[in-house]
Amino acid sequence: MADIQKLQQIASQVRRDIIRQTHYATCGHPGASLGCADFLTALYFDVMEHNPSFKMDGKEEDVFYLSNGHISPLWYSVLARSGYFDVSELATFRKLNSRLQGHPATHEGLPGVRVASGSLGQGLSVAIGHALAKKLDGDDRLVYVLTGDGELQEGQNWEAMMFAAHHKVDNIIATVDWNGQQIDGPNDEVISLGDLPAKWASFGWEVIQMNGNDMQEVLNTLYKAKEMTGNGKPVVILMKTEMGFGVDFMMGTHKWHGVAPNAEQAEIALSQLEETLGDYIYSE
Amino acid sequence: MTTITNKSMLDNIVSTGKKSTREGYGAGLYELGKQNPKVVALCADLIGSLKIQEFIKEFPERFFQVGVAEANMMGIAAGLATAGKIPYTGTFANFSTGRVYDQIRQSIAYSHKNVKVCASHAGLSLGEDGATHQILEDIGLMKMLPGFTVINPCDYNQTKAATIAIAEHYGPVYLRFGRPGWPVFTPENQKFEIGKAVMLNEGTDVSIFATGHLVWNAVEAARELAKQNISCELVNIHTIKPLDEEAVLESVRKTKCVVTAEEHQIHGGLGDSIAQLLARKMPSPIEYVAVNDTFGESGTPMQLLNKYGLGASDIVQAVHNVLKRK
Repeated sequence: MADIQKLQQIASQVRRDIIRQTHYATCGHPGASLGCADFLTALYFDVMEHNPSFKMDGKEEDVFYLSNGHISPLWYSVLARSGYFDVSELATFRKLNSRLQGHPATHEGLPGVRVASGSLGQGLSVAIGHALAKKLDGDDRLVYVLTGDGELQEGQNWEAMMFAAHHKVDNIIATVDWNGQQIDGPNDEVISLGDLPAKWASFGWEVIQMNGNDMQEVLNTLYKAKEMTGNGKPVVILMKTEMGFGVDFMMGTHKWHGVAPNAEQAEIALSQLEETLGDYIYSE
Repeated sequence: MTTITNKSMLDNIVSTGKKSTREGYGAGLYELGKQNPKVVALCADLIGSLKIQEFIKEFPERFFQVGVAEANMMGIAAGLATAGKIPYTGTFANFSTGRVYDQIRQSIAYSHKNVKVCASHAGLSLGEDGATHQILEDIGLMKMLPGFTVINPCDYNQTKAATIAIAEHYGPVYLRFGRPGWPVFTPENQKFEIGKAVMLNEGTDVSIFATGHLVWNAVEAARELAKQNISCELVNIHTIKPLDEEAVLESVRKTKCVVTAEEHQIHGGLGDSIAQLLARKMPSPIEYVAVNDTFGESGTPMQLLNKYGLGASDIVQAVHNVLKRK
């Protein structure tokens, strides 16, 4: 298991990248991107066995799918920082002729992305499909997928959950970013998710919970989840996160779901996040 | 363009009996399963309707029952394709397209996935189940998606051949077929070439471009018109996208007028594709045999095709109408 401090340093730089990408683009989704930064850092820099010289079919390696595609600035940062493409490309986020589309896409050939996402509720199904293929091929690597919590209001997720349990797709680890917030407000005010752990469990999944903003707990839980695979049941981690985590004025509200920081806000945010790996260069 | 008959033509087009195009799909999938281990099949609780029992019996590990959950089926197919499989999804045309349009758009079309969306019970000839199940908009929906190939074969043999052929084409394909027993009149074990129109009868007065079940109705119409000394050039457009533009233009250059025939809405189907081509390259009078902006209803396939203006006599009438505008 990796050095926790090193992972925390990477996560700090990833958070800087998120703030700078959304600020320079003057749009994007910083809130949940910041909230999931520890999780995705742990996954790419420690837990997953993956190859940055990207192959679409992901044979003989662990693969990751992002279903809540709007947290693309997080994923792009993690992909760049782990060597899938040059970090300088982060400067093109949401700009014309960029591979870094507002929501992740394969169309422009960005390494690391295997399916477009953004229209919510589709990623779990795609990940399950990939997991089935791995089983057919005798490939014992795992498939990881991250979804939002508001996203679970899409019915396709529940179709996918039923399918995975029925077909014993036990080589998949799904994670739900359970930050309790969505665009129009708290889940409980928009459409309550009810007893989420009980719902997943009743659909036949192994359910684990974790604090997604505690790096040690994230790592421990991910390794525990790995151990739980291969036992006839799919595994889900319900991950409590704080939207905007790491930037004090972005926490405790859904306001920063899809709003970019202006120059002054970005400066304050960056002052709270240590530069550990070097910022990428941005110029107009 | 492929010419499968010489000038003795219409007389050589003979039905060897009736079989459904969906049976052609099942037979093709079974053959393909033996040939290509990458091929996997999915079905949304309609194994019997899609006639894929043989594939499932022979290759159970390569079949995935998804239940009544078409959106999930499309996503799972996208994931299987990402990992290098060639998934064939199976359900009714209505549930293969309109119901899951966004799943197909994002996870398959935009993501360039090698998924074959195979759709049975298309059009009015589904029959008694009524308009909820009789999709007449699917060709339009699917041809609008960038990169999608759209195929509507005309009989059992052609559907079987198309089912096998599309595995060799990398990219998303919509394969549309139907429920009723229908005349089988194209060659057994034919070579199916995506995007290549098939010349069924050479003629000089009018070009009839037909697709799917209506190719047979067009054969009957051409026979009737021959008795009236009207020479019809009859072309089977089994691939609506990419359209065989060269074949269409070559024919219209000679005949100077067009009738299109399809079991689909007048908006968005084969007729639209041909009209758009001709408007750009060779403006010509055109008449459409298609459903005129309305939903279907319960009835037998033949009753419905006749009531909604898709019978052989409707094609004959459309030819008379277009000839007056030449």
